[in-house]
Amino acid sequence: MKGTLIKTVLIGISLGLIWYTNSHLDIYNLSIVNNIGIFAILALSYNLINGVAGQFSLEPNGFVAIGAYMTAIFIIPMDTKIDMYALMDPAPVILQMQANFPIALLAGGLTSALMAFLLSVPVFRVRGDYLAIVTLGFGFIIRIFAMNSPAYTNGAMGLNDIPEFADFRWIGSITIFTFMVMIHVIYSKYGRAMKAIRDDEDAAVAMGVNTFKVKTYAFMTSAFFEGIGGGLLASFLSTIAPDQFTFLLTFYLLIIIVLGGLGSMTGTLVSAIVIGFGLEWLRFLDDNMNIFGYETGAHPGMRMVVFSILLIITMLFARRGLFGDRELSDILKSKRASKRKDA
Amino acid sequence: MSKGILKIENITMQFGGVTAIDNLSFEVQKKEIYGLIGPNGAGKTTIFNIITGNYHPTKGEIIFGDETITGTKPNLVVQKGIARTFQNIRLFKSMSVLDNILIGFHNQSHYSYLEAIFRLPRYFGQEKKIKAEAMAILDEFDLTSFADHKATDLSYGNQRKVEIARAVATNPSLLLLDEPAAGMNPSETEDLSTIIHKIKQDFDLTILLIEHDMKFVNNMCDLVTVLDYGEKIFDGKPADAIVNEKVITAYLGDFTHA
Ligand SMILES: Nc1ncnc2c1ncn2[C@@H]1O[C@H](COP(=O)(O)OP(=O)(O)OP(=O)(O)O)[C@@H](O)[C@H]1O
Ligand SMILES: [Mg+2]
Repeated sequence: MKGTLIKTVLIGISLGLIWYTNSHLDIYNLSIVNNIGIFAILALSYNLINGVAGQFSLEPNGFVAIGAYMTAIFIIPMDTKIDMYALMDPAPVILQMQANFPIALLAGGLTSALMAFLLSVPVFRVRGDYLAIVTLGFGFIIRIFAMNSPAYTNGAMGLNDIPEFADFRWIGSITIFTFMVMIHVIYSKYGRAMKAIRDDEDAAVAMGVNTFKVKTYAFMTSAFFEGIGGGLLASFLSTIAPDQFTFLLTFYLLIIIVLGGLGSMTGTLVSAIVIGFGLEWLRFLDDNMNIFGYETGAHPGMRMVVFSILLIITMLFARRGLFGDRELSDILKSKRASKRKDA
Repeated sequence: MSKGILKIENITMQFGGVTAIDNLSFEVQKKEIYGLIGPNGAGKTTIFNIITGNYHPTKGEIIFGDETITGTKPNLVVQKGIARTFQNIRLFKSMSVLDNILIGFHNQSHYSYLEAIFRLPRYFGQEKKIKAEAMAILDEFDLTSFADHKATDLSYGNQRKVEIARAVATNPSLLLLDEPAAGMNPSETEDLSTIIHKIKQDFDLTILLIEHDMKFVNNMCDLVTVLDYGEKIFDGKPADAIVNEKVITAYLGDFTHA
């Protein structure tokens, strides 16, 4: 099949580029692309529940935290843990948790997915917009747990000396994998049902769609990859603390998916790259500038202000984000169709 | 032996203090086109919502085939073979015409979520099968050339057709149409009558329809039930309904225009 061949070639090229980048890029730029990769994974997964299935949710920070802590606890060596837990001795189970990096990532993803399932049962059983409130509360609870369970999470001090396994080979290929999974879901009966629920839930039910099941699949898939992304983040940063997993993280991801287009995975990928590099390029705004001999002085946070303004302007001109709810392939397809009509 | 496919038995539906349906009974036979008519607010759409499981009646039973389905969840009612359209068109507005129809095949394509994620062989086989079947349905409705169009870009008449096609895609034995001709011009209405007759034959359907246009009802329906304030005031041939005094009073002479 032609499509499969093209896809295989594209994946091959991307993996080649990833391996090349990982060994040839300087450390500064490598850290930028790694950051972008992780945020792309998180935003892609967030877009499934929020954009594709249309269920307004504020879950990422909670699930990212779960994935980050799970992975970190699994990969930090036992002796390091004994030295690190300062407020209280680590619980025996924490010491027993030891695994290699891929298993640790998987454990983080699966734990998040399981939590998502437990939340789904009460939330999706009833109609109404409870998901946003419940997930917001969930994020708070996870963070409070992380703060107040020194035997498990080392409390406010967080975990450090997390082995840095997460290089761009891991992050880049998992980004591609996440993207593929999302695309495969979207172009299946389950993805169509998710969009149908977003467009008109009553009509979806009238077509025989079990909306509880479909919403739960979407939510668990988002949670799974948010957990994986959290694990990569922990290993990439080598240190995590409860304060990294506030609502601000969710808000940042929300900006990425809204700019890219709710429901568009290609848009999310582009948006993560644009925002990732954009924030780096705007870094000069935080520093002291000399404008025609006038010293502006340093204004930390200035770039966020400018960034927000640019974002607002973009949204005014492209209200539905860069890609709307379509993928690049849909846009090309409709271009071809309209050309055929003109001819 | 009766060929009754749908029995409405002593249905009463109250919303707070309002009685929307009052002890209503009627029976639809296999292969019939059955009309449900009555003035605005008579309770016609409410009956549809009770049949499809969206509302739970205060009293009474709905029997489909030889099974009591009162209180069955709406998505399961569809799987038993009852499909519906809505009074105000409710297409999936961001999706293509073909994708709208494919949603109707949701329960007729058999592959798991994991098979979808990993694109295993069953995914390809099943998708190919339902796409071919969906195209066949579009062909039945003369909508083939619109397959890739966004559903809401179509004309009003065609959107109505897509909604009916989508319901037919669920493979029903009983089709409920809520005012299918509403808002259509005369030529669109005629086109619709032809199509309804055609799909009735080709898909072996029994049809229960709500309609205001008496000419349309007269042309289409074998039998009608007339509702007024939730009560049945007439039950019989459409030609007899038009001359029935109670019916005329309920409509306040609306029929003279029809
Ligand atoms: N969910 C509901 N809650 C409260 N009242 C309702 C509800 N659904 C319907 N009703 C009431 O039941 C009565 C019948 O409504 P219904 O929609 O069945 O009328 P209809 O015969 O379909 O009218 P129309 O020709 O205008 O579509 C109306 O008085 C309506 O206000
Ligand atoms: Mg009505």
